[in-house]
Amino acid sequence: MTKPKSMVIIASQGTLDWAYPPLILATTAAALDYRVSMFYTFYGLQVLKKKLDLRLSPLGNPAMPMPISLPVLMQALPGMEAMATAMMRKKLLSKGVASIQTLRELALESDVRFIACQMTVDLFDMARDDLIDGIEYAGATSFFEAAEEATITLYT
Amino acid sequence: MPNQTLDTKGMNCPLPILRAKKSLQKMTLGQVLAVEATDPGSAKDFASFCTQTGNSLLTASENGGVFFYEIRKN
Repeated sequence: MTKPKSMVIIASQGTLDWAYPPLILATTAAALDYRVSMFYTFYGLQVLKKKLDLRLSPLGNPAMPMPISLPVLMQALPGMEAMATAMMRKKLLSKGVASIQTLRELALESDVRFIACQMTVDLFDMARDDLIDGIEYAGATSFFEAAEEATITLYT
Repeated sequence: MPNQTLDTKGMNCPLPILRAKKSLQKMTLGQVLAVEATDPGSAKDFASFCTQTGNSLLTASENGGVFFYEIRKN
């Protein structure tokens, strides 16, 4: 007997760009009838905040396309992060890419399980009230329970 | 003649597939969903979506950058 299709993703990143891959894969998997569980840990928890404030930094990312090429020291100047974030938001919108908020809502609608790492919540002094409703709180042990059953497991 | 039409023009991955899935969920077996898209990746993705979900891709065509698919719900 084959296992029912299910996917588990660990989402550990909290920047505007890296918030996308796990949510795109999770919503698509749900559309393909996978049972999906997402474990949000460390910086990934930023993606579960009610008030999203995801940002992007050109620093340390030479692959990021910028309108003008800037020396690394200039990328560290105040305002550069805001500029890169605004640029990315504009690009996402103009290319018809869904917002993180939309993908999150679509994932919840299609019964994707969101699990927030309780240890990270404690570590960063976050309150459950800061995070969206309808999510679970658990630790590493719960990851293994879901991963054991999963046909696909990803770390992002 | 399709039973329902879905316009995903201007939307990028994975929205066309997610919208199509949503529309199909509300339809009954045997009904046909027509989808319009401008995402060039959708050509491969709709074929793959149908294979993986057991639905039938009846037609797939392109005209001036607009892709057109007909999916029968099985």
